[in-house]
Amino acid sequence: MAHNTELGRHGEQLAAEHLEARGMSVIERNWRCRLGEIDLVARDGEAVVFVEVKTRSGHGYGHPFEAITPPKLARMRRLAIAWCEQSGAHPTRIRIDAIAVTLPRDAPADIEHLEGVS
Amino acid sequence: MPVARTASVALLGLTGSIVEVEADLSAQLPGVVIIGLPDAALGEARDRVRSAASNAGCPLPSRRLTVNLSPAALPKHGSGFDLAIAIACLAAAGELSTESVARVVHLGELGLDGRLRPIDGILPAVLAAVRAGHDLVMVPSANAEEASLVPGARVVGVASLLDAAIWHGGAFEPRVSDPVPGQSPVEDAPEPTGDLAEVAGNSDAVEAMLVAASGGHHVSMLGPPGAGKTMLASRLPGLLPDLDADEALEVASIHSLAGRRPGGQLSFRPPYEAPHHTATAAAIVGGGSRLIRPGAAARATHGVLFLDEAPEFPRAVLDVLRQPIESGTISIHRANAVATFPARFQLVLAANPCPCGNSGTAECTCAPIVQRRYLARLSGPLLDRVDLQLRVPRVTVAAMRMTDGGGVSTAQGRVMVSAARAAAAERLRGTPWRTNAEMPGPWLRGAGRLHPGSRATTTLDRLLERGGITMRGYDRILKVAWTLADLAGTAAPNAEHVGRAMFFKTGVAT
Repeated sequence: MAHNTELGRHGEQLAAEHLEARGMSVIERNWRCRLGEIDLVARDGEAVVFVEVKTRSGHGYGHPFEAITPPKLARMRRLAIAWCEQSGAHPTRIRIDAIAVTLPRDAPADIEHLEGVS
Repeated sequence: MPVARTASVALLGLTGSIVEVEADLSAQLPGVVIIGLPDAALGEARDRVRSAASNAGCPLPSRRLTVNLSPAALPKHGSGFDLAIAIACLAAAGELSTESVARVVHLGELGLDGRLRPIDGILPAVLAAVRAGHDLVMVPSANAEEASLVPGARVVGVASLLDAAIWHGGAFEPRVSDPVPGQSPVEDAPEPTGDLAEVAGNSDAVEAMLVAASGGHHVSMLGPPGAGKTMLASRLPGLLPDLDADEALEVASIHSLAGRRPGGQLSFRPPYEAPHHTATAAAIVGGGSRLIRPGAAARATHGVLFLDEAPEFPRAVLDVLRQPIESGTISIHRANAVATFPARFQLVLAANPCPCGNSGTAECTCAPIVQRRYLARLSGPLLDRVDLQLRVPRVTVAAMRMTDGGGVSTAQGRVMVSAARAAAAERLRGTPWRTNAEMPGPWLRGAGRLHPGSRATTTLDRLLERGGITMRGYDRILKVAWTLADLAGTAAPNAEHVGRAMFFKTGVAT
């Protein structure tokens, strides 16, 4: 478990760097409320982007994106609304993105980014 | 290339239509969505295709694939689209050459291990593809022999999805996979054995069989158990000439659809179907809610449909045969479609004269009313369409001695039948009909000018005047008389032929 948590943290770090490199600014990490957790919240121009990051060390158990299921996306939408209410921000547009980070032991990390998945 | 296209075939009855299978790859979370009126089995292709692709060694991309089957209004069913869907998806992912994929028709079901499984109805599907101008067809290797029966088809048999992908230019590591074996080709439907010469006595009935085979007439036989009705009926297919290439292909297509896959060779012998009297209407005409399968009547097309113990069949089952007898086709109507099968069979009915079977002898225990009700189960409209109505009596010792070894053999009979059929075909040249039984009555007496003249038909005319027969019955007797003349090699029926035809038609009338 500890290994996976560490892997996840590392993946989220890489994802945040990836977003910054694409000109977005990360405004929140691991934001929690009683509904659950948002991995990353970033600002992309006028839009606020909620990002679900999935990290895997390999594709033996499937692609990381395959773990983002419709119920998971539905929870993301509820979390996004909760965040807007709690932070008092009234963004003109919001978006939900998914980032898959693959971290093989002996190869460089692979980051895939899907915009507006829900 | 985010959109790729290929083709497959949707079958409705025996008619196939080309279905375009398009796949689109979009930057969305992974999934396969199939649209375009799929049924449950086809909807399951979603899961089957993804697993098969990754297990075969050519995984689909982890993005969303939208697969569209067009024309969207055409109902599609079954698992035969798996290969086309998988190939279109791989091409959309950029793994295969889109040009190569677009010019091939794909048919076949995928197993989870990525191997291709044979499907039913490959013959009519390939036939439809070739007729639509797609002559290059990729099928599971177990179906390749069957698909090659279609003239003009270029068939590529593949054992697995990986082999198919490599054929289309995919850069994958080849793997050896055992092809899924097809079911061993079914031996020709219980080819009735036995020779016509084995029939002892009953020379009238033997002659009637020759007439039936020559003219394509339907036959009914009435007689006590053991008189040889079943024996006679099973000799009829042997007397029929070989089918021509189109007929043989049609017969094989129907059998392929019914799940009796033909082997690598067409059978040119007419089919013989003898359904049991517990058969339902659906078993006789065909049915099924999605995949509509042909019934016994369709499987007997260009051959013989023998209903033994005909009065024991439910009346509704017998009466469903009236449409195919009249039109030569069977239409099966369902909420979303109508399937049409050819059903140009020759009907042979056999019946006991009463429930105990011993009518006319001292042993009969049936009350007269029981006897009448028993035969009344064969409805008038059905019997009206039967040209030859025979009584088959028990063989007497004298009759047996007389024909001992002197009967007509099946081989001799077939020669006579072929000659008679050739004479009829020559006379009917330029008409849509080929046998005497097919000629419509009004045409026979009118435009066809085939009324043999009043001298030959004096007795028949008198019977009509007396009200002994209907006009339709009159026409049927004329047709049988023509067949008798063809068998005898004379140019037109004479009084003797007409008399004999009357004997065959009214022999059953009590």
